[in-house]
Amino acid sequence: MRHTLSILVENRFGELSRIVGMFSARGYNIESLTVAETLDPNISRMTLVTRGDDDTIEQITRQLDKQVRVLRAVDMNGVRHIEREMALINVGAKAGAERQEALSLVGIFRAKVVDVSDEGMIVEATGDWNKVSAMIDLLKPFGIREIVRTGTVAIARLAEQTLDEEVAAMIAAAEA
Amino acid sequence: MSATTKANSADLTAASAQAAPVMRGARILCEALVKEGVETIFGYPGGAVLHIYDELCRMRDRLHHVLSRHEQGAIHMAEGYAKATGKPGVALVTSGPGATNAVTGIANAYMDSTPLVVISGQVPRKLIGTDAFQEADTVGITRPCTKYNYLVKDVRDLADVVKEAFHIASTGRPGPVLIDIPKDVTAETTEFDYPERVFLPGYRPYQHGDVEQVRRAVEMMSKARRPILYVGGGVIHANGADESLELAARLNLPVAPTLMGLGCFPSGHRLSLGMLGMHGTYWANMAISESDLIIAIGVRFDDRVTGALDKFAPQAEVIHVDVDPSSIHKNRRAQVGIVGDAKSVMQQMIDLVSDEAAATSKSRLADWWEQIEEWKEYAPLTYEKRDDVIMPQQLVEELHALTRGDAIISTDVGQHQMWVAQYYPFNGPRQWLTSGGLGTMGFGFPAALGAQVAHPDKLVVAFVGDGGFQMTAQELATAVQYKANTKIVIMNNNYLGMVRQWQELFYDRAYSHVNMEWLPDFVKLAEAFGATGLRATRPDQLRATLQRGLATPGVVVMDILVAEEVNVYPMVPAGAGLKDMVLK
Repeated sequence: MRHTLSILVENRFGELSRIVGMFSARGYNIESLTVAETLDPNISRMTLVTRGDDDTIEQITRQLDKQVRVLRAVDMNGVRHIEREMALINVGAKAGAERQEALSLVGIFRAKVVDVSDEGMIVEATGDWNKVSAMIDLLKPFGIREIVRTGTVAIARLAEQTLDEEVAAMIAAAEA
Repeated sequence: MSATTKANSADLTAASAQAAPVMRGARILCEALVKEGVETIFGYPGGAVLHIYDELCRMRDRLHHVLSRHEQGAIHMAEGYAKATGKPGVALVTSGPGATNAVTGIANAYMDSTPLVVISGQVPRKLIGTDAFQEADTVGITRPCTKYNYLVKDVRDLADVVKEAFHIASTGRPGPVLIDIPKDVTAETTEFDYPERVFLPGYRPYQHGDVEQVRRAVEMMSKARRPILYVGGGVIHANGADESLELAARLNLPVAPTLMGLGCFPSGHRLSLGMLGMHGTYWANMAISESDLIIAIGVRFDDRVTGALDKFAPQAEVIHVDVDPSSIHKNRRAQVGIVGDAKSVMQQMIDLVSDEAAATSKSRLADWWEQIEEWKEYAPLTYEKRDDVIMPQQLVEELHALTRGDAIISTDVGQHQMWVAQYYPFNGPRQWLTSGGLGTMGFGFPAALGAQVAHPDKLVVAFVGDGGFQMTAQELATAVQYKANTKIVIMNNNYLGMVRQWQELFYDRAYSHVNMEWLPDFVKLAEAFGATGLRATRPDQLRATLQRGLATPGVVVMDILVAEEVNVYPMVPAGAGLKDMVLK
């Protein structure tokens, strides 16, 4: 099963490599990975998509959690959350009826065209993994020439405390 | 804390606080080691660590340095020191080949959860990434085999890094931590202000177990009809030998240690079943296979212990106590998982065992103990002596008798290691130094030297094979230079015995490159290094040779020729269940 993991890690030299290395060393796959800093520039968030049965995912989160600089690793599948990714799709739909048909699909998916020429167009699509994948499937008959996907990001739905707040409290407690 | 925030806070307090002394990085490193209570470091100099060695020369009286003859030797020495004392071992190597030579030792310590702090030199910062002379990506190379590692890019971070490194290496599940220091950082100066505490918000090693889970565990232990206490290296790391004895005695529990756990429970005790696993005793393996409750403490259900996992102890419920949360449920699902330090959790358990459960344990487990005794009688550990040749087991038994079981013994990996595990009953913890997880040939001799440095007056014996000894025999020079009293016993069967055994059993006796067709004359080799060399070739020479060797001061190599084609039994073939043991 597909799982989205949210990992908050101290923003330091080599940490990304240590975490990615753990996946390859233990034979786990990484389907997508995004990394950027959080509100606190000392902390990075990695959103990582992997696949595995429940035991495997539990082992992965435990292996992540025990890393010295990992502040928190959460399997977002166990949390109500919102996922998004963006794809830039180069579609070879030439001017004419074919393009009209492609454009109507773009409209249905609430995507937008960001570049266009006689040879085709570039579509920017945003949504969860399923939506983006579905759109790509439907655009395939028009001749997709290149796809760039950002990989999934995920955020927990509104709740008492966010993950970032939890980690900030943890750091404050450690400082005290 | 980063260098900049630390500098700011230093500015704020500068007016009020006494000015800290200014030193170069090399000196800060050495002073920090002294602050950590380090007395001895094991190392090998080189270009990138010249400033550090310059300071070591000035600090001779406060920081003792042991010069190995190869960096691998230095790391194994540090590990032997750490295993024998429980304190982190410290090693120092240069950049490039110094660091890559150290990797086997570091990986060995990682697999056996030994606390080490390894310091490696690095090329100056401006040369990093230019393929400079003796440059290697040491942090990259050692990342998968260290608990944590650092590249120190600013001398103002150095003291904090050393403090953190010792904390990380020695707490939680211990392990090696590497600090890579560019040469120019060791030359730069700053104030030396050793921190009193570390700031690691994401690193929270567990101490006590969850009270509710411990209560559940003790309830199960008080009811079980066929329980077994399965104890490993984690009990030794946590200094929990007394607690394991008390817990077992209170509930009359049979105890089976792993290879790494040998010594955490007195081998001669009536509750001890001997070692589990591939070459464990028949009765220990049968007992765990037929148990209804496994109380696993400081162990990881390693494949060498469980055999085929799907056939392992099918009727048993599992209580698993480990300081590393990722060990629990990794190989075998536990009904009760308790994350915590083995010593603390066992104490919690002892406190909760009711007098009633303790009083009735004897009758409750009477049938179980009777069954275990039957297994023990059915297939005791045994071998046949011969008149013409020394049997390997006989050598171990003789050594045990002459040392009264009190020696610190280190081994390499293979047949000789298994025979020591079977025939040298250890009385206490930190007496047994072996390479369990990684299985490193060449570990035994340097590890013995490290233990000898920690315990100069104790008898330390490196019990090695003819193959493994050749991998790190150069450390004989180290041993003689430092006037060690270490004794080396070579169980010489002229073969890479364990590989030969597998070729005999599973490859139709097609011996492929396992015969040491040319061995050095180990007696002359010892003499060439300035050590004493002795040899025994017949059973009637065995005792006298060992006696003489143990009584001779200084480094002694005893080359003991044993029967060549003897197999270690019992044996669980790879991929088989524990009950499918081959007995002979």
